[in-house]
Amino acid sequence: MAKVTIDGIEIEVADGTTILQAARQIGGEIVPPAMCYYSTLKNSGGKCRACLVKVAAGSAKDPRPMPKLVPSCITTVQDGMVVENITNPTVLETRKGVVEFLLLNHPLDCPICDQAGECDLQNFAYNHGVSKTRYEEERRTFEQHDIGDKIKLHMNRCILCYRCTYVADQLTDNRVHGVLNRGDHAEISTYIEKAIDNEFSGNMIDVCPVGALTDKTFRFKQRVWFTKPLDAHRDCPKCSGKVVLWTKGNDVLRVTARKDQYNEVKEFICNECRYDHKDMNDWVIEGPRHIERGSVISQNHYEKIDLVKLKADVERQLKFQEGKRLNEANNTPA
Amino acid sequence: MGRKLLLKDINVPGIKSFEVYRKMGGYASVEKALKTMTPDSVMEEVKKSGLRGRGGAGFPTGMKWSFLDRKSDKPRYLICNADESEPGTFKDRFLMEYLPHALIEGMIVSSFALGANTSYIYMRGEFRWIFPILEKAIEEARAAGFLGNNMLGTDYSLELYVHSGGGAYICGEETAQIESLEGKRGNPRNKPPFPAVVGLYGCPTVVNNVESIATVPHILNMGGDEYAKIGIGKSTGTKLISASGHINKPGVYEIELGLPVEEFIYSDEYCGGIWKGRKMKACVPGGSSVPILPTELMLKTAKGEPRLMSYESLSDGGFATGSMLGSGGFIVFDETACIVRNTWTYARFYHHESCGQCSPCREGTGWMEKVLHRIETGHGKMSDIDLLVDVAKKIEGNTICPLGDAAAWPVAAAVRHFREEFEYHVRYPEKVKDPKHFEKEPFVSEKKAVAA
Repeated sequence: MAKVTIDGIEIEVADGTTILQAARQIGGEIVPPAMCYYSTLKNSGGKCRACLVKVAAGSAKDPRPMPKLVPSCITTVQDGMVVENITNPTVLETRKGVVEFLLLNHPLDCPICDQAGECDLQNFAYNHGVSKTRYEEERRTFEQHDIGDKIKLHMNRCILCYRCTYVADQLTDNRVHGVLNRGDHAEISTYIEKAIDNEFSGNMIDVCPVGALTDKTFRFKQRVWFTKPLDAHRDCPKCSGKVVLWTKGNDVLRVTARKDQYNEVKEFICNECRYDHKDMNDWVIEGPRHIERGSVISQNHYEKIDLVKLKADVERQLKFQEGKRLNEANNTPA
Repeated sequence: MGRKLLLKDINVPGIKSFEVYRKMGGYASVEKALKTMTPDSVMEEVKKSGLRGRGGAGFPTGMKWSFLDRKSDKPRYLICNADESEPGTFKDRFLMEYLPHALIEGMIVSSFALGANTSYIYMRGEFRWIFPILEKAIEEARAAGFLGNNMLGTDYSLELYVHSGGGAYICGEETAQIESLEGKRGNPRNKPPFPAVVGLYGCPTVVNNVESIATVPHILNMGGDEYAKIGIGKSTGTKLISASGHINKPGVYEIELGLPVEEFIYSDEYCGGIWKGRKMKACVPGGSSVPILPTELMLKTAKGEPRLMSYESLSDGGFATGSMLGSGGFIVFDETACIVRNTWTYARFYHHESCGQCSPCREGTGWMEKVLHRIETGHGKMSDIDLLVDVAKKIEGNTICPLGDAAAWPVAAAVRHFREEFEYHVRYPEKVKDPKHFEKEPFVSEKKAVAA
């Protein structure tokens, strides 16, 4: 066991835990953001630099601070380690820089992007970034590609987190796509388009933190916040069959795996569940999906409407409208 | 004349061949090490010599070797980093091309010291013509019994392979090199774990520069203590410097560390002064990634002491008034050189060579290049200069590998020491439209004119 202090909060965690995981055990504001790290994918992390934190004391044995900011997602804790995240101005300043770097070449097409509303980059930029960019040059652009017949790759939006390549490496039977070229021209690609036809390729869509990989069966159908997520399951011989149905009325618009509060899928689902069962009758509905954070859905908590508060809100609104009318009446010259 | 070790026999005709190299005393260290010494005692000699890595970081070689995980029962590997791609550095190419056996001899004794039975020379892809030279040298050494199974009748065996890279600067970073050698995309790994514990194929690995490895036989021949007497302070031994730029005699020179910079630039034995009788403006002492220094600070430290060619003296004053010895790529600029254009060239290089793995380097290098290009071509704004400094600051230290630092340092240093020139570019956009603007009308510092 190792005792670590993160932003003044002490916690005891198992040896070998990363700083990020320790912070997630505490929860709340002090959890560093993560754009590339994915707990269910091995070797992920360390790339986006969004989760950089300051280690003010390395360990009880060697209390010297670490000279550079360290990526919390891959740095394991030591007993007696003192970590500064949101209490350290340098960390926050660096994070602002990372937001700016990630947004340099990222198109501002949120209004037409299917990921908008549940996009990690949106949340990250909103929480940690600044509202203006200092970048005046042209953005680098790529052609859009199809990866298989169900997935659209919109490379302009990609932040090269490498998560989808790890999915290809670790979930599917053979590696079908990877990264080509280098620098800001690096792109996720497959040599032969439409060559990806394995049972779990659809999970690339779920792990993508931005709208670079989108579901072609859902593209442009509906904004996320107009759909209702429902927990559902079915007997599936290939995967756990536990999914979230994103519905409108009785129509199932999209099927995804279940994500936890850090937008991570713990149980990946197969392509059959994802694409071929868009019918309520195929599923056993468990009830509304509770989404705590990471999605715009979490903002209105539709699954438990507070009727008393709603009534008060409506009354307040009515009163306000009435007041406006009264004023107008008073101000109208006779 | 300074003392020569590596390039002592460079003018002997036929030194490329095994017979001549052997006649001149080559492979004596292999015989000495294998027959009379243990691996530990070889390492002890290297530690005593105080040899510091010649690839750029200057980390003590003996200490690096001692970090190698010897307890595990996995095989150990030695990789020679011959992926020399730093702009301004060409010493390793010279060494491998003209003294291939010096490297092979060094590889054998170093592998012996580390207990490696398979070693690799990872060579830069562009060095196509050196590939057969090294292969031939390996074959000659094998024929003479210096490679293969049970070398010289001992129970030590070694296989040596030359591997040619695909031509990526990033594969000079040790973990990217290991990835590339494993057949993967050359992306640097996250550290820790360090290669000394988890390296090539997950086994303990040491990655050393060509020059460091080629120096080891000399250390064994003369003894570590004797070697430590050459040089100055903690900068022991001799170092190859690749001198280029606006000097009379560009080339590879072997210097004793501790040589005054002024002597190196102006004496006829070395660079022979600035060409065309011009004055020196600035100098990059250690390859493109180290900070550039103006003449005043290059010749004398901020304290007024003469600057010496050594790890300590060149970094005296930190980055505010100092630089680094780096890999020894000594680039001199005369008064007609445009620092902004030069910085843009460097930034373009790092933009092109960034692997694209971590965001600050991937996006930041391209941004800096574009801003510098704008300033250089006369489309810049005053705020762009501060923007450059800020972007460099946000890249530095926040990336997986040192390429981010290497891209940020020269830009930050150029603005630090030559801000006036950047401002000149913004103020007189018409004048700087011509790429050779400072050749027509050398830049005159207004600040210095006022002070004088």
